[in-house]
Amino acid sequence: MSEFTNNTVNSVKKPVEETPSGFSFDNIHRNAMIEQMSKQQAASGSNSSYLPQATKTGTTIVGLVYKDGVVLGADTRATGGTEVADKNCEKIHYLAPNIYCCGAGTAADTEKTTELISSQLDLLRMNTEGSQSRVVTACTMLKRMLFRYQGHVSAALVLGGVDVDGPHVYQIYPHGSTAKLSYTTMGSGSLAAMSVFESGYVDGMTEEEGIELVKRAILAGVFNDLGSGSNVDVCVIRNDGTTKMDRGAVQPNDVTPLRNAINRSDKLNMRSGTTAVLKSSFKPHSVGGVTLADVTVTDMET
Amino acid sequence: MNQFAYHQQQMQAPMPMSYQHDGKSAETRNLKPGELSTGTTIMAIPFEGGVVLGADSRTSTGTYIANRVSDKLAQLHDHIWCCRSGSAADTQALTDYVRHYLSQLAIETGRAPTVKTAAHLMRRLCYENKDNLMAGVIIGGWDPVEKGSVYNIPLGGTCIKMPFAIGGSGSTYIYGLVDSMYSEGMTEEEAHTCVKKAISHAMARDGSSGGVIRTVVVKESGNAREYVPGNALPFGP
Repeated sequence: MSEFTNNTVNSVKKPVEETPSGFSFDNIHRNAMIEQMSKQQAASGSNSSYLPQATKTGTTIVGLVYKDGVVLGADTRATGGTEVADKNCEKIHYLAPNIYCCGAGTAADTEKTTELISSQLDLLRMNTEGSQSRVVTACTMLKRMLFRYQGHVSAALVLGGVDVDGPHVYQIYPHGSTAKLSYTTMGSGSLAAMSVFESGYVDGMTEEEGIELVKRAILAGVFNDLGSGSNVDVCVIRNDGTTKMDRGAVQPNDVTPLRNAINRSDKLNMRSGTTAVLKSSFKPHSVGGVTLADVTVTDMET
Repeated sequence: MNQFAYHQQQMQAPMPMSYQHDGKSAETRNLKPGELSTGTTIMAIPFEGGVVLGADSRTSTGTYIANRVSDKLAQLHDHIWCCRSGSAADTQALTDYVRHYLSQLAIETGRAPTVKTAAHLMRRLCYENKDNLMAGVIIGGWDPVEKGSVYNIPLGGTCIKMPFAIGGSGSTYIYGLVDSMYSEGMTEEEAHTCVKKAISHAMARDGSSGGVIRTVVVKESGNAREYVPGNALPFGP
């Protein structure tokens, strides 16, 4: 065994405590109390101590089945209250090589939920001689988890993928109800997107038609819903098992040309040497903490 | 500390205005904000040698229709079906449990479970978890003991065998109609027509019912699924 001993600090390593896995609701009473108190404070006129808001992905996400697979789509805006927290976030999550999942709701919840189920699917594949994951399996695992948390894990999902039974799209609500559909939309922009789907969807579309309809549906959300915006992400999963993830398939809000259009006069930029150098000095940087020189190296036991 | 304790506290806290008084039926009012509801019309009528079950296809969140083609008829075993109403998540979880237990029971006993067994299994889950559930279900099916039979399990978790059953928010509009149409010893044809007509009329008057009508005819010989599209409903005299 090899070890580095720190001469200055004599620390005793504590045994790692076993913590239960999954979400913790230990602070729920505390949070409810803080919420109530801050509400009362807000009602009485003082503007202090508001609760921090979770980053919600006021979102447009869609999915549809076409002739040879499924197409998933999402916008890329994440919001915290009225502020845009991320202009280019990824809402189409990986679940399995043949399954992807769009997430709306609280960003942290959708991210962690899909991550967890992705791991479980991976383990399941290892336990079943590497056979391909099925979309129903992913759907059932997601719905069971969301139902267990009674809607407190706010993840509204559009699950899409292909398996031995063909292409599938499912919608999953935060309380754990699911529905199998040939096209679906979710998130705050779902109404705008659904109006595009309801007028444009036909059975047995080609890949090009499918992608085009998904782009139009997401754009409807981007332009008509305040919670959605920025770019369009598109993911195609084909029956032959190939996938195509297109980040920024449409970028209607690119500001680079706008920025370039602004003329910056040379007169506003200070050239180097504009002001005289009065004095210069050099001070070497010293490390305050422990360096390798302070460490005794013990020989490795074999 | 579990999540159920939190629930009770949430219930005592003042509810948001939009969800306190939006003129919803008693059924939809008890839902948590954002929860999906099968604001529904469901019904089941037994006949000589089987049973007809029917439902509309609307699932809504508040004023938005989350799914206009949903299937509220769930198969619990070969000849046992169930109509779901109330919270979509709760009723889906319940039917998944009952389906699982029935398939286990069938393997253990080596014979098909009866409709009564299925109904009482569902009743037990509904009654013992009544504080955390919003589910009104109708169980119907065929078995060699009772032939066609229908059991109703409303919100509180009681289980009643009925000559016919209607349920969901839309059912209140059609009690009179069904009472006048129903007679003992209906044929398969009569029962099927009655179900489709009654649900059509409920869908016309109830805002939270609509879409298409889905039915299933359960007989010893098998199950026949059918649907009536929304533009061909048997509405009117």
